[in-house]
Amino acid sequence: MEIPYAVKPRPDTGLYNSKIGIWLFLASEVMLFGALFSSYILLRVNAEPGTWPHHLLNVPLGATNTIVLILSSVTVVFSWAALKMNQFHLYKIFQGITLLCALTFLGIKSFEYRDKFNHFEIQLKNGKVADGHINRAKTTQDLFVFEAAREVASHADLMEPPAAGVRLEELSIPMTDIKDRADGKGKEIENYGPWHSSYLAIYFVLTGLHALHVVGGAIVIFVIWGPLAKVWKQDPERYVNRVEVSGLFWHFVDLVWIFLFPVLYLL
Amino acid sequence: MQDASLAHDAHEPGFWRKYVFSTDHKVIGMQYGITALLFMFFGFCLMLLMRWQIANSGQAVPFLGKLLLKIHGPDMISADKSGALGVISSDLYNSYGAMHGTIMVFLAIVPLAFGAFGNFVTPLQIGAPDMTFPRINMASYQFYFMGGIIMLASFFIPGGAAKAGWTSYSPLATVGDMHRPDGQTFWIIGMVCLINSSLLGAVNFITTIIQLRAKGLNWFRLPFFVWAQFVTAFLLLLAFPPLEAAGVLQLADNLLGTSFFLPTGLVVSGTAVHISGGGSPLLWQHLFWFLGHPEVYVLILPAMGIVTEIIANNTRKPIWGYRSMVYSAMGIGFLSFIVWAHHMYLTGMGTRIATFFQTTTMMISIPSVIILTSLFISLWGASIRFTVPMLFALAFLPMFGIGGLTGLPLGFNVSDIYLHDTYYVIAHFHYIVAPGTIFGLFAGIYYWFPKITGRFMNDFWGRVHFGLSFIFMNCIFLPMFFQGMAGMSRRMYDGGLTYEAQQATATQAGIPGLSHFVVHDLNHFIFWAAICLGLSQIPFIINFFWSIDHGKQTHSDNPWDATTLEWQTPTPPPHGNFTKAPEVFRGPYEYSLPGQARDFTPQNEPDQPEPLTHGNPVRS
Amino acid sequence: MREHSNPHAAADAGHAVAEAKRHMVTYAIIGVALMIGTAMTVWASYADFGSRKINIVVALAIATTKGSLVAGFFMHLISEKKMIYSVMACTVFFFAALMFLTLWSMHAPNIVHTPH
Repeated sequence: MEIPYAVKPRPDTGLYNSKIGIWLFLASEVMLFGALFSSYILLRVNAEPGTWPHHLLNVPLGATNTIVLILSSVTVVFSWAALKMNQFHLYKIFQGITLLCALTFLGIKSFEYRDKFNHFEIQLKNGKVADGHINRAKTTQDLFVFEAAREVASHADLMEPPAAGVRLEELSIPMTDIKDRADGKGKEIENYGPWHSSYLAIYFVLTGLHALHVVGGAIVIFVIWGPLAKVWKQDPERYVNRVEVSGLFWHFVDLVWIFLFPVLYLL
Repeated sequence: MQDASLAHDAHEPGFWRKYVFSTDHKVIGMQYGITALLFMFFGFCLMLLMRWQIANSGQAVPFLGKLLLKIHGPDMISADKSGALGVISSDLYNSYGAMHGTIMVFLAIVPLAFGAFGNFVTPLQIGAPDMTFPRINMASYQFYFMGGIIMLASFFIPGGAAKAGWTSYSPLATVGDMHRPDGQTFWIIGMVCLINSSLLGAVNFITTIIQLRAKGLNWFRLPFFVWAQFVTAFLLLLAFPPLEAAGVLQLADNLLGTSFFLPTGLVVSGTAVHISGGGSPLLWQHLFWFLGHPEVYVLILPAMGIVTEIIANNTRKPIWGYRSMVYSAMGIGFLSFIVWAHHMYLTGMGTRIATFFQTTTMMISIPSVIILTSLFISLWGASIRFTVPMLFALAFLPMFGIGGLTGLPLGFNVSDIYLHDTYYVIAHFHYIVAPGTIFGLFAGIYYWFPKITGRFMNDFWGRVHFGLSFIFMNCIFLPMFFQGMAGMSRRMYDGGLTYEAQQATATQAGIPGLSHFVVHDLNHFIFWAAICLGLSQIPFIINFFWSIDHGKQTHSDNPWDATTLEWQTPTPPPHGNFTKAPEVFRGPYEYSLPGQARDFTPQNEPDQPEPLTHGNPVRS
Repeated sequence: MREHSNPHAAADAGHAVAEAKRHMVTYAIIGVALMIGTAMTVWASYADFGSRKINIVVALAIATTKGSLVAGFFMHLISEKKMIYSVMACTVFFFAALMFLTLWSMHAPNIVHTPH
């Protein structure tokens, strides 16, 4: 039993089935990320002054990731156009670049995530706050060692990056100088994970969900590019449709990042 | 072109492929149907336990005490004054309440109305061989099944199932249970599965209805049932994702220690919670109700669709106002996205925005009334056949009327201040879903049973089922309006005993309206009505299974003499549905056309040579 | 690959190739535009426009432009069928409703903020 219009478009709508399907799915994704963006705005607007950081994340890395995704968007549509021109060879090359871009993006993202988990904020008993990257090799049960840190008067001073010209230095803090938690569960030592602040919470959820979509999209593109490449010989029109539909998903992933980057990294 | 049909006939799939991992929409529809009915039964049982507790607070549940203790443990089940085991604790009552709501809405009604009826009937009614994406259809059932298992499993983990209401409000949903993972976490993960199931289903339905309509089946020749499913699919597609997003955020609050919905300075049991703060409980409410409101239209639209089909068929007339009904369904769909905060009037939104939501809420009642009125007017001058499906369909009309009209005081900001979170609300929405939607679904089961099995369900016991269900549903829910107006709040595990007027003490005020009659007598009455409603379903359950092999045979593929395409197929419809792709020549409800030999003309019957006025034989 | 009995098959194929080549040039140009947009948005975020609000507006304007280019050209929305267009238009409307109505509900001028 053959489902009509799986490959050839239906005359009155001018569309084949999976194209409608993917656009409907993308509509639901717009609502999904839209709800998260709305949450971001709400959390930010309702934040107490002095609690929302500015330029906390690594802008060059974020910008690089943006360029990488844009490039992959170009190669994804190039690869589809190559198939339309019957150039299977070119399609393979362009789509291969797309997949490399995906891997690069994920690599940079993991590096950024790891960096955040190594970034600590410590409340000191004298009321000051120490903030920087941990030196795990030197840190012991009695001594917390930063490899590059700054000490500031309050949490609000951490909302801007260190002023130009200020060098971060190694800093060792005895555990006894660190404030205890009010609930008795240890010291006031917290890294920049999602639990740290609303900003980081929404950052991790937004970029994490986005990264999952990058993984999903890359897997689909890879499966079509690799194991299913034989379908090109059997039913080229069906194959081109699949490439187009997976490309549409990929563009959406790029589109989300186009908004994520300025909203999270720059504003 | 390779001849797929020949290759297919050459191999008959094995048991697993045919009945478990099937991609045939009819099999998937039946899988949804059976699973949903089982969940409905389970949700009903939870309700009986709750109603027992409400009517007999502090007394052990009869017969089931030991079993409940085994399942829930001594934290939740204790002994009463006489030493009998089986007293439901307040925490357990809250679990039952949260899960009754969740299961009935997400695991029973929607899968039955949309997943079962939608899947089975829609491709047949549009003349399609199957859905556009059969494998995605199978996946959507599997997600649903997984979500159901996770929800059920949550009863057995330490701390038990979710307790923070089917609405899972923060911060209670995060701090209410200190076990990790807790029932609430399972609830969220279960919801994510169910949401994904609905999203996949929605994509399938919309694409199928757009792309696979038979030749000649243009949009305004579609049966209203298909329109209803189409709008429902859009609601699911666009309204569910924000809840999925909110679920992810609440999961992060529960498992990762984030504070999306936890405000700064949160104190639980006297201790400040160690969180970053800065979150907003109201954000959860907005994201939840953004789905929550369209969800209620998901609950009612398919039932309206079913009822419309049955009314047209049993009045032997075209539906009055078909076009208005179609536009109203679209209007409901559109407006349903911008009314949600009428569930949040008491959150201090400010009068301007509350007025906005009040206005849109009033506006959305108009298309609902248009649909109901059109169905009522369709009865005028009709030759009504009081078949069992028609009895349920007819009862749907006033029941949905009561449910809908009682929503109006809730939609008005000012009156809602008094009625919010009282039993009035419970009565309102149960009238719409229980004697409303569920009656529509029963009607559909009795109506389409002959198409699947080639046999009628037993007529006498169908009428018994109808009569008893109708009486007892009204007995259960009508008193609740009065309880609510007297001041009885929702979710009180002792049925309002603590606030009973004459129980007032120096430290605990009573609510004046909560008399002994309202609290004690009505709660007992409702409990016994619920028991009777449960017993009334026994003839239905027996009838259903017995009739599969022993019901009166139809001796016809179209026993109800219906016009729509699902009746123009063999019984049961084979894989691929139609032996030849049908062509449609007329509208969906061509009953009693003047000058015709029969009082109905199927949609796929070619035009007869007869005088035409404008060359358009279709009456809308 | 099966052949259909189309006497214009060769001409059609050639036409398709030429069109695809034209498309690729367009895609390349849009790609470059997007890279430039990225650079602009980074620069603008460090610029001092007086009020932080202006930075936000500029960033969102650039992002919206970039997004429209991706949607319009890479995703072919600009030449897509009405069916798709209307679905996406509805979606954008509902997203806007979710965002703005929620914001207004939680930030209305006559909401009383409890001091803490």
